[in-house]
Amino acid sequence: MSKKTLIPIGPYHPLQEEPELFKLYCDGEIVKDIKWETGYNHRGIEKLSESKTYEQVFFLVERICGICSTSHPFAFANAVEEIADIELTNRAKYIRSIIGELERIHSHLLWVGLAGHFLGYNTVFMWAWKYREPVLDLFEMISGNRNSYAMFKVGGVRRDIENTKIPVIRQVLGDVKKKIDLLAGAVMDDPVIHARTKGVGILTRQDIIDYGAVGPTARASGLAIDVRKDDPYAAYPLVNWKVITAEAGDVFAKAEVRLLEMYESISIIEQCLEGLKKEKEGDIAIKVKEIPEGIGNGRAEAPRGEVFHFVQSDGSNSPARHKIRAPSYVNIATFKKSCIGQTIADATISLAAVDPCYCCTERMAAAYDLNSGDKIMNANELINASVKRTNEIKKTINSQL
Amino acid sequence: MYTDLIIEKLKVKFSSGILEIITKNQKRMIITIMPDSIINVAGYLYKTEGFRFIIASALHTKRGFEIHYHFSKDTIGMVLNIHVILDKDNPQIESLSNMFNASNWIEREMHELFGINFLNHPNQEKLLSEGNWAEGVYPLRKEFK
Repeated sequence: MSKKTLIPIGPYHPLQEEPELFKLYCDGEIVKDIKWETGYNHRGIEKLSESKTYEQVFFLVERICGICSTSHPFAFANAVEEIADIELTNRAKYIRSIIGELERIHSHLLWVGLAGHFLGYNTVFMWAWKYREPVLDLFEMISGNRNSYAMFKVGGVRRDIENTKIPVIRQVLGDVKKKIDLLAGAVMDDPVIHARTKGVGILTRQDIIDYGAVGPTARASGLAIDVRKDDPYAAYPLVNWKVITAEAGDVFAKAEVRLLEMYESISIIEQCLEGLKKEKEGDIAIKVKEIPEGIGNGRAEAPRGEVFHFVQSDGSNSPARHKIRAPSYVNIATFKKSCIGQTIADATISLAAVDPCYCCTERMAAAYDLNSGDKIMNANELINASVKRTNEIKKTINSQL
Repeated sequence: MYTDLIIEKLKVKFSSGILEIITKNQKRMIITIMPDSIINVAGYLYKTEGFRFIIASALHTKRGFEIHYHFSKDTIGMVLNIHVILDKDNPQIESLSNMFNASNWIEREMHELFGINFLNHPNQEKLLSEGNWAEGVYPLRKEFK
């Protein structure tokens, strides 16, 4: 058996600036095996959610992911509204879809930029992130925040998009569309990008089915699954759009799917804005008194794929159990198929190709006692240990004086 | 409708294993089954009917440990929950990870957070804590009076 070298990527990703640890077992430059280690930052959100009221959980789940911060509230709202059997007003539906699609545009632009960054093509990185800015400005105009928009609540949305803002949104979307044309041209025709991404990190249709992968990762391998189409929610059944797929399953196909999806998003938003004009202003939420006992399976299509929230209600004002499945949880697991047999340089872009969101998946931090080996320290014990150690150091220093 | 069709098919194939069927609407169903028929039911859904495994949610309730296996039929947007109730003191069930990889991580997570044992799991290591967590401490278990 040949000797393998361990190449770590992490525990803090040098390019994505997020906590993760991939262990690449390499023979020469070829990746022979790969292991993923989590354990850096667990936030206990599922447990925390049980101690919050339904209104508060929206703010909590919004903080699962900083990039697609509306996809979790979206899925949670769908789950709770399924339990309480709530039908939204059309205006609320349109606003939800507009927020969801604006988010898809800025998230996909962010990925295109990062992918360029990974390949050492920093011009793409700077362009994409520059063109993403106006979209974030739109969010600031609509919700007051560039990220974590706090727009959702049970029964509707918190803020209206006044009809006077519609021309501004149209204007920005028009500009963004031109920039995406430019970016798509630069990416799709660039021979260097072709050389670096075509035939790299291939996931076959069977791999996708086996790992249950979702979103652009699945659609780039020819599997046309999209919750917006399959299990329509919000305003998606009210507008015309199509699911983008590609067949190759490599990194290039994933980039292609994401770039073309942005055009669909723009088209959806334009139709929703048209729909908004027909609805009465301010008619954005219905009053919900209480959430009855029951079980809700809420789904939403985040930029990275299907977000799934399972909520069990016992009739009280907070969830009895709240299970969250972010798309990266199933997408990251496919690295066993996409990276093994590749060179190290190709493995990094293959890992990035699923648009991994580590903050959705990395979820654990624990303090343990080195002496006994098994005891978990609570906050007080940790402080006491720290004080004790400081005193010891002080004593040593004083004795040396 | 497909919902009635799938119920009919499951009833014929696994009549003894099915305890309860709740149809909330044409797209949401909860089927409670005996824990020992999970491999056959999940295998039938995945291999024959083309369902996708979304995730599994474990719950700790007064009845014991419960697992909802969420399956999705993407062509019609159905979420089918296969629900099992496990023993209070010795929760264990056959692992699905030999059939599809999608359940590998979540079974490890449920093992770690709830202490549910998955029989014949290819690698039931801890997923979240990488051994930094005490043995026999299950954070998502509850205490009932």
